Amino acid sequence: MLAAMLLSTSAFAHQFSQGDIKIGHPWSRVTPSAAPVAGAYLTVTNSGSQPDRLTGGSTPIADRIEVHQMTMDDGIARMRPLPDGVEIAAGASVELAPGGIHLMLIKPNQQLIEGSSFKATLEFARAGTVEIEFVVQRNPTVETGSGNEHGGHTP
Amino acid sequence: MVWAAIVVLGMFVIVSTQLSGGSPTGETSSGTAKVGGPFSLVSHTGERVDNQALAGRPYLVFFGFTYCPDICPTTLFELTDLMTELGPVADGFEVLFITVDPERDTQEALASYMTSFDSRILALRGTAAETDSALKAFSAYAKKVPLEAGEYTMDHTAGVFLMKSDGSFGGMMDMHEPRETRLEKLRRIARDQVTGS
Repeated sequence: MLAAMLLSTSAFAHQFSQGDIKIGHPWSRVTPSAAPVAGAYLTVTNSGSQPDRLTGGSTPIADRIEVHQMTMDDGIARMRPLPDGVEIAAGASVELAPGGIHLMLIKPNQQLIEGSSFKATLEFARAGTVEIEFVVQRNPTVETGSGNEHGGHTP
Repeated sequence: MVWAAIVVLGMFVIVSTQLSGGSPTGETSSGTAKVGGPFSLVSHTGERVDNQALAGRPYLVFFGFTYCPDICPTTLFELTDLMTELGPVADGFEVLFITVDPERDTQEALASYMTSFDSRILALRGTAAETDSALKAFSAYAKKVPLEAGEYTMDHTAGVFLMKSDGSFGGMMDMHEPRETRLEKLRRIARDQVTGS
């Protein structure tokens, strides 16, 4: 278990921490020209003994960052904001990924180009603010349970 | 007693899903939904596109809106990649992206948005009535859902409809299917064949 954790730490070149919160590989997908929204994704690990909540954030490149959830039922796509954000239980990891809970950048002021990056501040109910940097990818990071895959991202 | 009812309900859902055989969604019926009815919309390049304009050509249709951060741009990017790989084979079908949100997705907004994708893909929009007709034509679903501060989102049928040149339904394609499966579906619809699922 310890060996696996050490291995995962060395593989996580793109991560940010604040208190008990660790953010792994924050990424955003390329956007079409004049897109009014952008989706962003990451993994949050809470190594503390209390739950925390990711409630949103801000970035210079958009009006604001909200937490939203996409669901697909019976072939119908639906998206809803989560005004209370998303909870990360004590000792747990939560992955924000396409097709599920994600960050929504509202009114980006630039097109997101593959390979570029942009700064953002995430807000947590307990941990406070965490400064991170998103990288822009054309394709999603491989969606696996381990969250250690880095398809499409070169540090 | 309650558990028996749940099991029966579960079986009913399974049975009705089998009967509808993967046909387009939104309508919770046990019959086959009708796909391939009449519609008339205007493209982001200003041309009217309707069944007459499409007659004799296979085509793909999917529904979405530009305020959608995930499935809509993903479908457009993925189709662009697939069409690039297919090259001239992709000239064998039209690709239509119908906005379910013509209020915000103006022709200008769509014209700009669509520069990011294969130029063969057309974004279509219309009046509220024309949009409703287009949804009905594919037994597709869209619903405006109000959010805070005057904002709203659109629930909508995801998935790509594959239509044969005679206007009959050729199958569905989902962007989560393996790449080779999707390529093969596109090759088949370009040959005016059903895709089998």
